[in-house]
Amino acid sequence: MVGSKNFGESYLLAEIAAQVLEAKGFDVKRQLGLGGTLICYEALKNGEIDLYPEYTGTLSQAVLKLRGKANREQINQSLGPDGLVLLEEYGFNNTYAVVVRHTLAEQLGLKSISDLQGQNLNFAFSHEFLQRQDGWPGLARRYGLDDPVTGIEHGLAYQAIADGAIDVTDAYSTDGELQRYKLRILTDDQAYFPEYRAATLVRANASPELRSALSGLGSMLDETLVQALNAEVVLAGRSFQEVAAKFVRTNALALGISAQTKVSGSDSMGANGWLAELWGHFLRHLQLTTSALAGAIALGLGLSVTVYRHRRVAEGVVYLCGLMQTIPSLALLALMIPLFGIGFVPAIIALFLYSLLPIVRNAITALSTTDPTLVRVSRALGLSPWEQLRYLRLPLATPAIFAGIRTAAVISIGTATLAAFIGAGGLGEPIVVGLSLNDTDMILRGAIPAAILAIAVELAFAAIERKVSPPK
Amino acid sequence: MSLAPTGMRSKPSTGWSSPVDVGASTANVAVEFRHVSKAFGTLSVFEDLSLQIPRGHTTAIVGASGSGKTTLLQMINALEQPDAGSIAVMGRPVPTEDLESFRRGIGYAVQGAGLFPHLTAEQNVTLVARLEGWSDERRQQRFQALLRTVGLDSDVSQRLPRQLSGGQQQRLGICRALMLQPDVLLLDEPFSAVDPITRLGLYESFEQVKTTDPATVILVTHDLREAKRLADFMVILDQGEIVQVGVPTDVLANPATPYAERLIESQLS
Repeated sequence: MVGSKNFGESYLLAEIAAQVLEAKGFDVKRQLGLGGTLICYEALKNGEIDLYPEYTGTLSQAVLKLRGKANREQINQSLGPDGLVLLEEYGFNNTYAVVVRHTLAEQLGLKSISDLQGQNLNFAFSHEFLQRQDGWPGLARRYGLDDPVTGIEHGLAYQAIADGAIDVTDAYSTDGELQRYKLRILTDDQAYFPEYRAATLVRANASPELRSALSGLGSMLDETLVQALNAEVVLAGRSFQEVAAKFVRTNALALGISAQTKVSGSDSMGANGWLAELWGHFLRHLQLTTSALAGAIALGLGLSVTVYRHRRVAEGVVYLCGLMQTIPSLALLALMIPLFGIGFVPAIIALFLYSLLPIVRNAITALSTTDPTLVRVSRALGLSPWEQLRYLRLPLATPAIFAGIRTAAVISIGTATLAAFIGAGGLGEPIVVGLSLNDTDMILRGAIPAAILAIAVELAFAAIERKVSPPK
Repeated sequence: MSLAPTGMRSKPSTGWSSPVDVGASTANVAVEFRHVSKAFGTLSVFEDLSLQIPRGHTTAIVGASGSGKTTLLQMINALEQPDAGSIAVMGRPVPTEDLESFRRGIGYAVQGAGLFPHLTAEQNVTLVARLEGWSDERRQQRFQALLRTVGLDSDVSQRLPRQLSGGQQQRLGICRALMLQPDVLLLDEPFSAVDPITRLGLYESFEQVKTTDPATVILVTHDLREAKRLADFMVILDQGEIVQVGVPTDVLANPATPYAERLIESQLS
């Protein structure tokens, strides 16, 4: 199982590794586009994935929090307790770069990061850069920059800087977009950024066969080559599977693959291919939402009919469900990983927790506020509490419960797009990939069907409600 | 045999008619309150109230709002529990467990009927009979007979409450109360939420019911004319205390306390 983070180069390197392994006879599955360094790292440790492309700088600064600049041997020593090891480097350094528009640089004479002092420009960086120890905080200190900064999604930053909405942002030095958007990298004159040399991260107990298969990638890629490959994906619009396949074919001998071996990864994004793939995402999305919703209905209603009579407990339950809603959905998904790993199961559990509130709150409120006269009558008729529930409270609560389920369904469909960040698939998949590759078409390929699905579900519920409700 | 309710007050007061003794035989008593006290929080409703309600007759409990008459009624079918004292129905104490069986033996009808809005007229009236396991045939027979008694056409059967008039709903409420042929029927102002003409019709229906389904009826009402027309006996409550008991015509002619006088004056002059 090959993993990757959710930016272009990571997809590319992972795909190259995957195709090399396939050519050498391994049975390879992919879990690409996982949302962030920590998610990949944890997934590798837990055995959810077997390898992913990582960088020395990221490991030493963000994950292991080592001081100074560590080389691969030192890093591997620190990785020992986690049971991981970094294999031979691919041969290039993809460091963080601070970039500005070429025109702005000419205008203000900006050549190095030090030149940014006192310029009062508009700074916006990716969220990960803002948080990481080897990111903005340290950079600002070293260069004495006290400008205010905002956080922005990496894939959107390029459009923003090209439009002039922001002036300074972070980039990776091998990004294909740098050429397209005419951006200049400011030199790191104070030598702040450590090196980020790329290599495959695996578990220490990986088989010797796997290690030797991957060793072919060592020293195969330099900065120029990587930038060119990235540009082909971003500028020429080719899929990374295609670009990876071309690279592997061209370098088959050096990679240790016989020229005869068929390399996979042919253009599966062809005209008919993407429709079939989209259908797969759509079905998966439905699977995620209906499973989560079914669970929420079962547990939510079960809980509601049990506690509605005890006011304090009922209030507590509603409060707890509300609490889960306040946790941002992406955070909730990430919190599931150490408990349930990545993929389908944690996504369903997170969605299920998210769907509880509308159902539980509506059910409990409706069940506990039944007309008191009718309740008194039902008691006087000699109905047991269970019979009161079945013949009076539940039937009268049905419209409110139905409305709660309807709300939960629509919320689930939207939230389920985030499931792609933890490898669960669904319509979020094209959105996540599209975001990292700055491919609007791809984003829409996920977003539009999701929106249509939400609207369709809303209308379906409305129709059912009309049929079931009594005529006026 | 002359029967009248016996009421006793802990504090004697001047000029009220002495109760007629029912006699020691409890066979003639439908409901008996013995030294019953009841309070809601700090608000005391009854203190040491004792009362016997005779079997087989209609007894009206009258008084202004806040006199406690509804609470009194609700202690009979255990919707409310007394804080002190005891209550017996048909010679047996009101149970603390298995209230469902107990309550199914007592009919209960309220103001506004209280029919379940999502059930048809028939489903409403026959619900408990169905739970009791009555056969379809037996349920239908009883339902149709009750409809005839209260003067309802059988085409109301499949209608929902909101498709019926107030008078029709109220009649159905009474049918529901009578469905299981209870010995005791509790009516909590069942005729007050309708217009006067409909009310007259309901009185006629009620009188029909008494001939076909004789039972002990305890009727809570604030309307003295209604009490006079429908009841064999009358109990006047003033803020939780029984101020007068007797046959309606006697009571109305001879009010025992200033309160009773005022009550009568406000309605019948």
